[in-house]
Amino acid sequence: MKSAVARTSRLERLIERSETASALALLSPSLIVLLVTLAAPMALLLLYSLWTQNGVALDTRPTLAQYAAVFSRAGYLALFLRSVAISSLVTLVTVALAYPMAYFVAFHVTRAKFIWLILLNVPFWTSYLLRVFAWKVILGFDGVINSGLMRLGLIEKPLAFLLYNPTAVVVTLAHAYAAFAILPIYVSLEKIDRSCLEAAADLGDGPFRRFLRVTLPLSLPGIIGAAVLIFVPTTGDYVTPTLVGGSDGVMIANLIQVQFGRVNNWPLGAAMSIASMAAVGALAVLVVQAARASVARIR
Amino acid sequence: MRVYAFLYLAFLYVPVLLLPVFSFNNSLFIAFPLSGFTTRWYAEMAADSEMHAALANTLKVGAAASLSSTILGLLAAKVLARGNLRAGGLFLGLTSLPLFIPEIVLGISLLILVTSSGIGLSLLSVAVGHLLICLPFAIAVLMSRLEGFDASLEEASRDLGEDGWMTFWRVTFPLALPGIVSSLLLTFIVSFDDFMIAFFLCGTDTTLPVYIFGELRFPNKLPGVLALGSTILIASAAMIVFAEWVRHAGMRLNQYRTIGRA
Repeated sequence: MKSAVARTSRLERLIERSETASALALLSPSLIVLLVTLAAPMALLLLYSLWTQNGVALDTRPTLAQYAAVFSRAGYLALFLRSVAISSLVTLVTVALAYPMAYFVAFHVTRAKFIWLILLNVPFWTSYLLRVFAWKVILGFDGVINSGLMRLGLIEKPLAFLLYNPTAVVVTLAHAYAAFAILPIYVSLEKIDRSCLEAAADLGDGPFRRFLRVTLPLSLPGIIGAAVLIFVPTTGDYVTPTLVGGSDGVMIANLIQVQFGRVNNWPLGAAMSIASMAAVGALAVLVVQAARASVARIR
Repeated sequence: MRVYAFLYLAFLYVPVLLLPVFSFNNSLFIAFPLSGFTTRWYAEMAADSEMHAALANTLKVGAAASLSSTILGLLAAKVLARGNLRAGGLFLGLTSLPLFIPEIVLGISLLILVTSSGIGLSLLSVAVGHLLICLPFAIAVLMSRLEGFDASLEEASRDLGEDGWMTFWRVTFPLALPGIVSSLLLTFIVSFDDFMIAFFLCGTDTTLPVYIFGELRFPNKLPGVLALGSTILIASAAMIVFAEWVRHAGMRLNQYRTIGRA
């Protein structure tokens, strides 16, 4: 008896080990790709941030001089704060506008949900560059809004404040990232067990209280996911500030790109990138914790 | 609520729909009032040989990136969908990491890698960079397709004598096909539209987004860019709708997958 049991469990362990082995074998190509295209470049980025550019030559003695330069330049700090401010505004506006839309599709659409989802999905997959270009065209001095308003007789001279400033950046980013907000929020709303809402109604909660006490907290993971999915990439956005930001709407990505372009100071650019990523990451974590804490208090 | 929903859809679509509208406008200025219908911008765009080269490059890179990411994604999704690998969540997080890192950082870090390792700027570098950003999408699409995949189908195939490769070809592959098609299309679009990574890695052979970005500096080329942009938008919208339709058709076929169970 004992030997039969022992043999079976050894066989099971063998099978388990070969399953894990075959699983790892299937995952290994992707892991190699990740190692080469993500881990190695990031490690090199970190290394570069510790070096110095001396004219044409690269001084590879490790030093924190680049980080010191990053944190001591007032211009960089101001630019970083402006980028964070723009991204925060974009995140707030985008999530606030997207939530009712996602709520509508999750709760108020009974037939043809599929069509609504495709309609909301399509903008997500279209070229980001073209969407920014569309806004450049719309907000321009000779652009669609100005010429349209002038044609309608509502204004006499074109509005100059529409383009090449932070407002244009915010509007464009909010539009471009709208699709990133809808899908996570929709998915989390769709997952909510409708019987929780029924129970709340049975226990006497009106529709507004039901929303506040059941729907909102349960959809929080989707809201947080959408917020992070918008906030982190928009702080590092390059295309929108370049096309519609002008000199007032410059963001840190522009400054970083210049280090790898005409300024040719790769170590400084690397240090800027890592410093920005770390700061934005820390901010995102803080905001997520704060959001979770404040909703817990509602409950 | 309904009104809001339609207004929101309008907000999403109108700016983008303006591109085709003005691409047929007979004027160098993208402004109202409209000055008559013309297709000359499309003719101008079609005759642009620089654009043709960029388009060819973009198609090559897109094909490479979508094929490679779908294959790798299929292998990974097969493992992850089974759900009993403990490190599966960690792997998923790692592959999704590129979505949370600003593209400029991805671009410059890859730039550093290819220049310091001597690989150099080329379409191959762009394709590898695109593989990185396409992989999460491929895995997501294929995982949702392979979820609840009945392993007993494969076991039955093996019991009946097929080896591993033929089992994959005759059992797994046909069932995963809608997901594979969907993944190929979606990753192709991701690669096709990518600007940042191509911007840093392409060197002298430009891709279409990089070419368009360069053209945006010239005001008299703007209507031509509109024509090009409109064409791209309509083509990718058609591809997306098709990809989603394939995915949903595949999901409806799921009801016939109980053949593995008694």
